[in-house]
Formats: sequence, structure tokens, C-alpha cells
Amino acid sequence: MFEIRDLTCGYEERFHLKGVDLAIKEGGFFGIIGPNGSGKTTLLRAMTRILRPGKGEVLLRGKNIWHIGLGELARTISVVSQNVSTDDLNVGEFVLLSRIPHYRGLQFLETKHDEEIADNAMILTDTLKFKDRAMSEISGGERQLVLIARALAQEPKYLLLDEPTSHLDITHQVRVLDLLKRLNRELSLTVIIVLHDLNLASEYCDRVALLSGGAVYKEGSPQDVLDYKTIEDVYKTVVVVEKNPISLKPYIILISEEERRKVRKK
Amino acid sequence: MSNRAMPRTVRVIMLGGALLLIAAMSLCLGPTALSVKRSVHAIISGHNTTEYSILFDIRLPRIILGFAIGGALSLAGVILQGLFRNPLVEPYTMGISGGAALGVSLAIVLKLYRSMGLLTLPFAGFIGAAIVISMIYFINIRKKTLKIQSLLLTGVMISFISSSFIMLIMAVSRTEDLHGIIFWIMGSLEEPSWFLIKVMLVTSLAGLALSYIFWKDLNALRLGEEEATHLGINTERAKRALFVLASILTGCAVSVGGIIGFVGLIIPHLVRMFIGSDHRALLVGSFLGGASFLIFCDTVARIIVAPSELPVGVITGILGGSFFIYALTKKGKSVV
Repeated sequence: MFEIRDLTCGYEERFHLKGVDLAIKEGGFFGIIGPNGSGKTTLLRAMTRILRPGKGEVLLRGKNIWHIGLGELARTISVVSQNVSTDDLNVGEFVLLSRIPHYRGLQFLETKHDEEIADNAMILTDTLKFKDRAMSEISGGERQLVLIARALAQEPKYLLLDEPTSHLDITHQVRVLDLLKRLNRELSLTVIIVLHDLNLASEYCDRVALLSGGAVYKEGSPQDVLDYKTIEDVYKTVVVVEKNPISLKPYIILISEEERRKVRKK
Repeated sequence: MSNRAMPRTVRVIMLGGALLLIAAMSLCLGPTALSVKRSVHAIISGHNTTEYSILFDIRLPRIILGFAIGGALSLAGVILQGLFRNPLVEPYTMGISGGAALGVSLAIVLKLYRSMGLLTLPFAGFIGAAIVISMIYFINIRKKTLKIQSLLLTGVMISFISSSFIMLIMAVSRTEDLHGIIFWIMGSLEEPSWFLIKVMLVTSLAGLALSYIFWKDLNALRLGEEEATHLGINTERAKRALFVLASILTGCAVSVGGIIGFVGLIIPHLVRMFIGSDHRALLVGSFLGGASFLIFCDTVARIIVAPSELPVGVITGILGGSFFIYALTKKGKSVV
């Protein structure tokens, strides 16, 4: 259980989050959505101990994350963020770096066990075939899968992702999210994911929190949150919400200005 | 990975072998070239021969000092490059050498050595370096987090300030002092005090051992500070400790050997090309590489215009720079 209580935090003196309250259950697939600048990434950074809260607290399994040791925290949650510098590493070395929080005191070399876990993570994400390629040589979609492999090899209970599907084509968007869904179901890994794309959020998440101006505007199942009125309020954009004919989940359709004028004329 | 871990170990051992070879060569070469046979004979037959005193009183101290200073500078370079994730950082970027040079220039101009003797210059250099290190550290540490970029910028600025002061001192000093300052700045492994050589040796070996406490931190920092935090690394602690460690290594090396350039910049890059960027191999690899390189350059400096000798800093610059460009073009892959 991830509990966020009255969280106010931000950079320097400006606060990006104001009084956020959220409870994220273990085993779920939780989406954080909202317009640019609404505080999605800030929230994720506060939940992963990068940003210190100005007020309020973040509790992980009942404990304030700032009171949990960094090593223990890293063995419980792992993070896939947007900007990872990959240096001149190859894929295998990169994934193996995730074992760092599991090394014991004076352990100097990775054990067979560490290597097996890294290999397994690469098998799960279908990236084992790139093991010896350089991180700089693989495509954006492959890179995203490798980032997830690394996060998995960290053996977390919670996986937090910051827009893992941005810049990806639809093949890779679906591949990444299907993979996350599978991990969520099969390994009962809690997934907390920041998403830009409302339709992907609607399709994959059990619950979503819609942020607006640094506060939670609405939280609930995609069906509850994603209605046209809420979206128009938060995004200041005209949309039509239909149902996905297969999954029956909300599907958001954008309307261009030209079409809006035509409708008005009629 | 185990199939890759092996060659890495082998490569480190190869660097160690190269070091032994270069040290042995350096022992035999000089204005009085001694064949291996004669050297071995001199070592066995004992104390009173000329050969013995050439080997043990003149050449061996320089080799040991080259080992210690070359290793320390290169190790400091690897640590700082890892910390700043900036390939152009070297021990001297931080202004530490500038502080040391300023201390030494002052000591020369004020003729402090008349009252304090042999240890004056290294001591003055160390004081200068220590002042700069603490200035950089405290300017940046007042804020809660150590901002790595502003640390670097402060260092560069302090470097400029101290070199301006050195210019000022040089402009007003007399010819013989000027000579002393310039020679010190160019760097040399000629060190008459066994005490200082031992101190330097212990410092650099201790530095190497201490750096291994942070191998996980350095490896994780390759991904960036936030990613390292996600891997459970206390980045604030790591940054502070590593900065201080690299500073002390540099400060000691500069105060004893003067400003010997390029070792801390180029050797880490070359070693990274050779054994990759895993710090478990890179730290010791760079130490060995830096030690070999400096001993080699010092040997060249001693014999190329014998019986007089060139400042070793000139050789490290010319050899290091050209070899680095060659390695870059030959490999055709980016190191940085």
C-alpha cells in the first residue's frame, strides 16, 4: 500500500503539488494522468524519494519512505524514468546494474543468482537477444523494454514508470503495456504508471488519478473518471467520449477546431 | 557475464605486468645505462658499488614516486570523471593544482625554505591545495545538496583566480625565484626526501583501497544521480566522500611532484577503452596505468637529453596527447 497524505511539495519555493491525498493498493495497475505541468512527474519523484515533501508524507506499507533505508527502499520499489543516462554500457551490463541494492556488504562480484535474475528479466521483456549490444545502438522501443528489464531485475514489489510509452509507435506502446499488464497479473507486481495518453490509461489501468494544477481532480476507475465533462474541465479541450467496442472502456475522441465550427453552424 | 568478467581480470593483470616491465626498464636506463645483467649483479653484490647507489639512491626513489603520483593522479581522474559524468574533468580542473602552485610560489618568493628546509615547498603546496579544497567544498556545501555542476564551476573559477595571483607573483619576483617557480610548476619526480616519498606512496595506496568502498556508488552514478538514488545509493554521501578523496590524492600528488599534467585526464580514458567502464576493474586499472605512464615518461625525460633532463610534465603532455588522439582515431568509436 502506497499512501500519500496531504502531500505538498515542489522545486525551490514554488509548489507543484498541493495537498495530494492518494491511496494505492498493492497488486493494482494504477495510472496517474493529467495535462502537462499538472504534477504527474513531481508526484512520482516525491514517491521515489527524489523530492523531499514540504508538507505531508508518503507512506509505503505504513512507513514513511524517508525513514526507510535507501537500500531497503530500492529492494521494494524500482523506477523507470524518462531520462536515464546509459553511458557506454551494453545491455547486459546495464540490466545487471539493477542488482546493486542486493549486494551484501563486501560482495564484490555478481553471483550466479544475480546473473540468472538479470537474464530472466531480459527473457520476460524479450530483450535477451540484445544482451551484448550497446545501449546506444538499440531503438527507442527496445530501449524502453530494456529499462523495464532493469527495473524487474531489481526484484521490486512496486514498479513505478514515468511515461514509458511516449515517443513510441503503437506497436511498442501496446507491447510495453501488455508486458506490464502481464507482470501485474502473473507476478502480482504493483504497477504505478504516469501516462499521457488517456486511451491507453483507460484501456490498461484498474484505477486512475487525474491531476490538475497540482491536486487530484478525480480518482477512481477509468469509467468513473474519464467522462467528457471532467476531461473538458481539466484539459480545456473539446472531446467526445465513446466506448471501446471490444473492451467497453471509455475511448476519448478529439475534435479539431474546423469540425467544431461545422457543428456549430448546423 | 562471467565470460566477460574473466578477460577484464586478465586485462588488469596485463596492466600490472606492463607496470613491472616499465619499472624494470626504467631502473636499467639512464645516463649510465646498466644492462639487466649488471643491474642484477649490483643488486646481489651489495651496498658499496657505484651501480648499487645509482639504482637504489637515484633511480628507485623516482620509480616509486612515479608509481605513487601517477597512480594517485589517474585514480583521482577516474573518480572525478565518474562523479561529474564529464569526460573533460581532471584533477587539475578543480583548482587544486592552482592552490598548490600559489602556495609554492609564495613560499619561494618569501624565501620560507631558509627557515624550514627541505619540506617547505611540498608543505606550502599542500596548504594551498587544502585551502582551495575547503573553499570549494564549503562554498558548495552550504546548500543542502552538493550541486555537481556548480562544484565544477567554482573549481574552474578558483583555478583562474590562483593562476592570476601566480602571474602577479611572477611579475614582481626576481629572476632566480622566477626560475624556481617555473620549474616547480612544470613538475618533476626528483624528490630528495625519502620521508615524502613514503608519505606519497602510503597516501596513494590508501586512496586506492578507500575508493573501492565506493565502487557500487561509482557504477550506479554512471546512470545519473537520480537513477543511482533509485538503486539505493546515498548519492550525497558518495559525492562528498569521493570529492574529498580525489582532492586529497590530487593535493598530495601536486605538492610533492608539482603540476604533472595529462595523467589524470588521459589515462582514465585509455584504460576505459581497454577494460570498460565498470569501476571494479577501472579503479585499479587506472591506478596501474597512471603509474606505468608516469614512470615511462619520467624515464624518457631523464634520458632524452642526458646528462641534463626535461621536465616530466612536457613529456606527459606530448606523449599522452598524441597517443590519445591516435587511440581515438584508430578505434573509431566514441569514448565519451
